[in-house]
Amino acid sequence: MSELKEELKAKIIEQLNLEDVSVAEIADDDALFGDGLGLDSIDALELIVMLDKDYGIRLSDPKEGRKIFESVQVMADYIEEHRTK
Amino acid sequence: MKKVYINSIASISPQKTYDNSMFLDKITDYNDTVIFAVDPDYKQYIPPAAARRMAKGIKMGVVASKIAMDEAGIETVDAIITGTGMGCMIDSEKFVSAIIDNNEQYLTPTSFIQSTHNTVAGQIALGMECKAYNFTYVHSAISFESALLDAKMQLENDEAEHILVGGVEELGDHTTKVHRVVNHIKPEPVTISTVLNSKTEGAVFSEGANFFVVSNEKQESCYAELVAVETFNTLPKEKVSETIESFLIENNVKVEDIDVVVFGNNGDVDFDTYYNQLSESNFSNIQQIFYKHLVGENNTVSAFGVWLGSKILKTQTIPKIIKINEIKIPEIKTVLCYNQYRGQNHSLVLLKKC
Repeated sequence: MSELKEELKAKIIEQLNLEDVSVAEIADDDALFGDGLGLDSIDALELIVMLDKDYGIRLSDPKEGRKIFESVQVMADYIEEHRTK
Repeated sequence: MKKVYINSIASISPQKTYDNSMFLDKITDYNDTVIFAVDPDYKQYIPPAAARRMAKGIKMGVVASKIAMDEAGIETVDAIITGTGMGCMIDSEKFVSAIIDNNEQYLTPTSFIQSTHNTVAGQIALGMECKAYNFTYVHSAISFESALLDAKMQLENDEAEHILVGGVEELGDHTTKVHRVVNHIKPEPVTISTVLNSKTEGAVFSEGANFFVVSNEKQESCYAELVAVETFNTLPKEKVSETIESFLIENNVKVEDIDVVVFGNNGDVDFDTYYNQLSESNFSNIQQIFYKHLVGENNTVSAFGVWLGSKILKTQTIPKIIKINEIKIPEIKTVLCYNQYRGQNHSLVLLKKC
């Protein structure tokens, strides 16, 4: 699980081009949106595509994303449970 | 009709030109076939949250526009007009590669949003909350001149008071490879001092952004009066001299009135002859300068020629590194810029001291 969380942090930094953020600076339960990393709706779309492409998870209801992308911990739990690849 | 003035300038190029207090004081040499822009500190101008969605071309355009706006001392403009031959190449390549690599699946929005040609003008407008006329000309090597001509006509007709106009290009890996395959890029690395006499085909490819605030009111910061702009998609080599003479006559200027002529030589043995024939005839007794040995070739690099002409008129100095010949000039009053790329898309820009 901790390996998956590190992997997710690295992917978030790379795919969302968070130049000034390092893996060590993202805590497992930091909020990704709002006051935390400050991600926005375009980032949410990028994360939805990443879930599909890298873990075979297709979100049928985009509203689900709000819960799933709450933090790296919540994302990792969801991926562990639903991943198909 | 009102007169048009270049009230401020800004350039990001393979030389350190973003600091307007300097004028090619320190030259960066290279030994290459592709050269990249010397970056200003983008973080000083663009908030990190906005910068993370900007590829280099957008950053260069946004920062060059901010430098020009600051120098003009204005907060907003009546129009933003850009020119770009290739647009936002880096994200276009990313987006198209993703389509191919992922079998048309998993397409993400960011690179698509940033891949359009008008992204730069759009981002500049968003940054200054400017809802005015916003236009991007995509017309190969006369993209910048098309933008400049549009701005000039609006200002002359008093449809606008201040217009931000500029040209921007960024280098994309794949596009560079394609240009190499078709021999548009030089086969061997060259340096600043060897490029012009390299006797090989192709040019040194480059990137950069050059922006100007043009207005129909002369400000204290004024660099030059923009007298005329004309473009030609096709022009046979033997007609160039005659066309320039007609252009000058139309603007009540004789060849001998020109103090400095800015040529777009890029060291391509097949096409520098367009300039060499003028250099040896009509303009042999006129101070000739060139700049592509310093900043390379791209679709809007002719905007750097206009930057150079403006800077010369304001400072009344010509750095030695850009001189082709040596003519004594008591006062530099009139500058003519002539550019073409691979024998097509010729442009003439006439500037006068303001």
